[in-house]
Amino acid sequence: MATEGYRLDSETSGSWLLKLAAPQAFFPVAGRMIPWFAVLAVLFALPGLYLSFFVAPTDFQQGEAYRVIFLHVPAAWMSMFLYLVMAFWAALGLILNTRLSGMMASAVAPTGAMFTFLALWSGALWGKPTWGTWWVWDARLTSELILLFLYFGFIALTNAIDDPRRADRAGAVLAIVGVVNIPIIYFSVKWWNTLHQGASVSLTRAPSMATTMLVGMLLMSLAAWMYSIAVALWRVRSIILERERDAQWVRELRGVQ
Amino acid sequence: MNWGSFGNFTHMGGYAFYVWGSYLMALACIAGELALLARRARLAERRA
Repeated sequence: MATEGYRLDSETSGSWLLKLAAPQAFFPVAGRMIPWFAVLAVLFALPGLYLSFFVAPTDFQQGEAYRVIFLHVPAAWMSMFLYLVMAFWAALGLILNTRLSGMMASAVAPTGAMFTFLALWSGALWGKPTWGTWWVWDARLTSELILLFLYFGFIALTNAIDDPRRADRAGAVLAIVGVVNIPIIYFSVKWWNTLHQGASVSLTRAPSMATTMLVGMLLMSLAAWMYSIAVALWRVRSIILERERDAQWVRELRGVQ
Repeated sequence: MNWGSFGNFTHMGGYAFYVWGSYLMALACIAGELALLARRARLAERRA
């Protein structure tokens, strides 16, 4: 598909950022960045898990059941954040018509879906001992489930269209429309009377939890973030190769190997 | 947090099923995603 459509030519563009927007330029850069983010993910996860299981005290109400929080909250944050990242790339692709943007959106989607599933799964396993139910159709849980379906819809739609550029555009429209769900998830605990509790951590006031719990949760979130970058970069490299397999630079790459 | 023994740690104060059920699923998802990514990368490089 290299010959089709508009492409940013690294010969004529002045900015290094625009040069990087060319898939053949980004491919090796992504490859070099992956190990760094993978190492960072491990470096955040190890102390994060240590704090979560060996430093953070037992909760006086929930006992040890609350330790699900160190997985649940980072997974839920990433599920929403990755959707915004996906929609950002999708919108950029729609506006600038850059090939790499759609590839980035497609690279983020499965990891976003995975974190959404984990947020729902860990939420169910946390809800059973604390609320007495695996699931309830309250606004927070329902809107998070809709987020999972939005990810599935994006993945299904982009896979169903053979022409990658058309698939990117169709997926982008879906992704952008679905952004409306993110504030609904985030503010659902304020707007509606939900069984799900309100936010324990917010930017505007002091967190209502022990410092060790908070630090553990933040470390786990950073680990999830770094992991997401590493796997998205890994996936986008495969997507680039799949889409550009007829391009001259991929043939040259094969010749070198 | 001093668990005293490994048995106490795995028991999780009676909530082992819920706590470990969450973390093991996360581990399975991550392992699964990495396996799928490795397979996809291998196929993409072979067909490139």
